[in-house]
Amino acid sequence: MTARNGPPTRAEVCAVALAECFRGNGEILANPIGTLPTIGGRLAKATFEPALVMTDGEALLVENILPVGVEAPEKVVAGYNPYRTMFDVVWSGRRHIIMGASQIDAHGNQNFAFIGDPMKPTAQLLGMRGAPGNTINDRTSYWIPNHSTRVMVPEVSVVSGVGYDRADALGPYPSRYHEIVRVVTNLCVCDFDTPDHAMQLRSLHPGVTVDDVVAATGFPLAVPSDVPQTRLPTDDELHWIRAVIDPLGLGEQEVPNP
Amino acid sequence: MPVPDKRVTIDDIVATVQDGMTVGIGGWGSRRKPMALVRALLRSPVRNLTIVSYGGPDVGLLCRAGKVRKVVYSFVSLDSIALEPHFRNARQSGAVESVELDEGMFLLGLQAAAWRVPFLPTRVGLGSDVLRLNPALATVKSPYADGEELVAMPALELDVALIHMHRGDRGGTGQCLGVDPYFDDLFCMAAHKRFMSVEKLVDTDTFLEEGPPQTIRINRLMTDGVVETPHGAHFTECVPDFPRDEEFQKEYAATAKSDDAWDAFRAKYLDVSEAEYQTAVSR
Repeated sequence: MTARNGPPTRAEVCAVALAECFRGNGEILANPIGTLPTIGGRLAKATFEPALVMTDGEALLVENILPVGVEAPEKVVAGYNPYRTMFDVVWSGRRHIIMGASQIDAHGNQNFAFIGDPMKPTAQLLGMRGAPGNTINDRTSYWIPNHSTRVMVPEVSVVSGVGYDRADALGPYPSRYHEIVRVVTNLCVCDFDTPDHAMQLRSLHPGVTVDDVVAATGFPLAVPSDVPQTRLPTDDELHWIRAVIDPLGLGEQEVPNP
Repeated sequence: MPVPDKRVTIDDIVATVQDGMTVGIGGWGSRRKPMALVRALLRSPVRNLTIVSYGGPDVGLLCRAGKVRKVVYSFVSLDSIALEPHFRNARQSGAVESVELDEGMFLLGLQAAAWRVPFLPTRVGLGSDVLRLNPALATVKSPYADGEELVAMPALELDVALIHMHRGDRGGTGQCLGVDPYFDDLFCMAAHKRFMSVEKLVDTDTFLEEGPPQTIRINRLMTDGVVETPHGAHFTECVPDFPRDEEFQKEYAATAKSDDAWDAFRAKYLDVSEAEYQTAVSR
C-alpha cells in the first residue's frame, strides 16, 4: 500500500464518472460489476450517496467501504443477499447495475452473449447472464474500458441488454422500468438524453478530443455543440480511492494512464 | 432413528443417466459442482445429453468429452477465468446446440417444474433477443385489467438432477455450509430422479453441530440417493471445506488449446477412477 500523489489519473477520472452514475439514487442496491465500476460505486457510497446498499461482491450486504483486490480487514454485514434474493431485488426495481459490454450500439443495445451464427458462433462469449432481466426491470449503466469501433458498433450481434429502440418498440407501459443512465468509457461519458434516445457525448475525459471519440465509435454519436470536460476527482475522492478503496492501483491496470 | 438408507454408489447414479436425457447440475460457475458425478459421467458411455446448468467446468468437460447435444444456460464461466474455454470451442465448432436464457428465466423454469405448472410469467426477456433465439418461447397476456403481455417461461423439467452438498446423511438430507446455497434445491424439485453427493456423510443428529437449521437446505423429500465423495467438488470451490484449486483449473483451461494437451489431461485425470483422480490431484 504505497501512498500515491500527483494529479488524477485517467482511471481515477473514470472511477468518479462511474460513481456519478449513482448520484441521487438513494436507498437502492448499487451493483457495479468489474474493477473500476466497483471502485466508483464504493466511492459514491463513501462520499455523496451514503444511503446506497452494496454487496461484498458475493452474498453479503456490507455497510463499510471495502477495498478491491485485497482481503477486507472487516466486513460490517447488514444483510444476506444470495443469488436467489438478488432476483427479488432486481424484479422489484431496487437496483442499479453497471454492466460491461462486448458490443453496444447507438441505442444502448448490449451484447455479451456471443457473436455470429447462433448455431455456430464465431465467438462464444459469456451468454445472456442477467442482462435481459436487469435492463427491463431496473436502471442500468455500462462500463466500456476499451472504447473502440469493435465495441461501439452499428449493430450488435445479439441483444442481451435491451436498448432504447427495443424498449420504445414495446410501448411505454411494458418498458416503464427501462432506463439506461450512462455509458462510461475510458475516453468519455455518454447518455441517452436525446429526443430519440440515441447515445450522445456528455463529457470528455481530460486530454481526449471529440475527434478521438468519434473515430473510436462505430456509429454516429450525437455530439452537442459544447461538450464539457468530465469532472475531476476532489481531494477527498482521491484520498478515498488511493488510501482506502484501491490501495493496489488496480484501476490503473484496467485503464492505463495515457 | 427411523431414517431410510438412500446411500448409493457413483456407478448406481451414472447408470440411471440414459442417452438423450435432460440432466440438471447444481452449483454455480466454478463453485460447489458435483464434479465426482460429472467425472463419472465422463467415464460412462452416455451421449446426447441436454445439460441444464448455471454453467462452469461441468459444462465444459461434458462438452469436450462429447456427451452433450444441447446446453440450456445463461452463462458458462470458470469465475477466475471468465469464459469457459472448452464450452467456447464446442459452441464455435457447432458441436452443441444452445438454449440462451436470462439467469432469472432459468430460475423461473426450474420453479415452474418444481411447482408442476406449465410456465411462470415474467417481464424478463421482453425486448431482448431471448425471444428471437428461442422461437418456441411464447408470451401471455394478463387476464386482469392491466392486460400486460409477459413472457411465459416454460417449466424446465429435468430427468435427473445432480447436486453437491457439504454434509449429508444416509436419508438424503443435505447441508450447505457455504454462504450461498445457489439453486440446488430447485434443481432437485424440478427433476424426476435426484442425486446428491456430499463431502462428508454424517449422522443426522450432528447437522446442528455444523450449522444452524437454515443450512439444511436439502430435505429428504428432494433426493432419491446420496453418496459420499470426499473432495468431490474439486476443482471447483467448496468453501468452507476447501477453496477452488486455481492451479488445477488453469491446467484444465489450458487443455482447450490443443488435442494433445486434452488427451494427456484426460489420460491422467479422467480415464481413471475417482480414487485415482483424488490421488493424482493431492499435491
